[in-house]
Amino acid sequence: MRVQYVLQEIAQGLRRNLTMVIAVIVSTAVALVMMGSGLLMWQQTLHMQDYWYGKVEVSVFMCNQEDVGKYANCQTAITDPEKTTIHDTLLKTPHVQTVSYENQQQAFAHYQQLQAGSVLAQDVTPNDLQDSYRVKLDNPNNASVVAGAVEGLPGVQSVQDEQQLLKPLFTFIHIAEYTAAGVAAVMLVLAFLLIFNTVRLSAFSRRRETGIMRLVGASNFYIQMPFLLEGAVAGLAGGLFASVILVGVKAFFINHVVAPHLTSVQFIGWSPFVWIVPMLLIVGVLMSVLASAFTLRKYLRV
Amino acid sequence: MSRLPPDGDATVIRFENVSKTYPNQARPALREMTLEIERGEFVFVIGSSGSGKSTFMRLILREERPTTGRVVVAGKDLNKLSNWKLPHHRRLIGTVFQDFRLLPNKTVYQNVAFALEVIGRPKGQIVKVVPEVLELVGLAGKEDRMPNELSGGEQQRVAVARAFVNRPMILIADEPTGNLDPETSVGIMKLLDRINRTGTTVVMVTHDQAIVNQMRKRVLELDQGALVRDQSRGVYGYVR
Repeated sequence: MRVQYVLQEIAQGLRRNLTMVIAVIVSTAVALVMMGSGLLMWQQTLHMQDYWYGKVEVSVFMCNQEDVGKYANCQTAITDPEKTTIHDTLLKTPHVQTVSYENQQQAFAHYQQLQAGSVLAQDVTPNDLQDSYRVKLDNPNNASVVAGAVEGLPGVQSVQDEQQLLKPLFTFIHIAEYTAAGVAAVMLVLAFLLIFNTVRLSAFSRRRETGIMRLVGASNFYIQMPFLLEGAVAGLAGGLFASVILVGVKAFFINHVVAPHLTSVQFIGWSPFVWIVPMLLIVGVLMSVLASAFTLRKYLRV
Repeated sequence: MSRLPPDGDATVIRFENVSKTYPNQARPALREMTLEIERGEFVFVIGSSGSGKSTFMRLILREERPTTGRVVVAGKDLNKLSNWKLPHHRRLIGTVFQDFRLLPNKTVYQNVAFALEVIGRPKGQIVKVVPEVLELVGLAGKEDRMPNELSGGEQQRVAVARAFVNRPMILIADEPTGNLDPETSVGIMKLLDRINRTGTTVVMVTHDQAIVNQMRKRVLELDQGALVRDQSRGVYGYVR
């Protein structure tokens, strides 16, 4: 097979259906951008989970003077025997790694530090706050075990899982992830149909050549090769565009616009791009080659 | 120059009880046809429209498969021919049509060379054999003309050159003179006759009474899908 012949045929084919080819490239690019963003968001949640999981604790707050009568387990303010029972129970609970004690004074200092400058903080006294046990778990997802173990004990005002505070953020990212995956799926179908139609047009406009090729005994491979490569080139172009867009969004929008304002969120670095970009290129090429082959089976029968 | 079937059998085309019914059609296009065509024969296939001539050709090229029966070409049972070997089967057969089917954006030379390029023949061979075959069909010196600069007869010569350049065992011509005036037709018939004399089997579908009567070759007449006459040195037949 002559390389020059094949290249010439591809170039001609792409030129002939320029508008359709542009449509294919754009829709493939959009599909792959969506797919890439879905993957990046997934990486982002993993990254954030890793970061936060090292930090989140379960707090077991104990009754203070003010809580008496307001909470079911608060008959009196917390007593030392009650503390011991709670502490021992926590240590016996599975998944618990460390248990530390924070008294009202420490809680107050912590609170003042967090709420520094706020008007609210000025009215709070150490007596408004609770003594608490801070529990670190092997995996924050096991927080319910702690609640189950100590919630009913006398002197326990409430159990708070810090992970619950992060939940809305994770939920939001997950929704965005699924939305991107959904849009990607729809766009991939659209790109598939567009490629199908483009290759069909291309096959139709070259039916004279292909008819003669068939008659004189050219192999199917030889006849179909230019069409397949035409699709592959368009798919590759779509993949390249998508990669450029994703890298651009990360480099300019995330790193320079979003990150400086959202310092509490740890954004992913460039490492996922090392496999996401090649994957987008491969998916782009594979999908268009598959769509082309599928079309040719239908319209270039031997 | 022409190729013998591997077993040395002189039969190049054999139909054994071949019937063909197209999907969604009650009447068979071809019914119970049995015949043999030998190497080097010149055969006319005649019959009115819808008599099964096209189906007969398409079965030889294996563009269609018979509903029942066997078609054997060059010793190969076409029913057993796998799809990927089909191109090799088609290389044994050259085909010429009424409407020439040349590529309008290629020159005479390129049109003929195209048939060799797409089956992967080396450049050196193409450069050598294309001028030879153009000489044979009487188009020497017109290599660089475009098809639309040629007369109908010349265009058909290009088509014959393209069909013959690979030295096929069989040449199938589907009404090759249908678009040509009688004088030009004679030229094309002389050319086909010359090709036939090189040992190539020629199967020609035609409606041209004068040509059939003049050539006195074997005539196969089809009527409603049935072979109603197989006559050596035949004539077109009675006016009905």
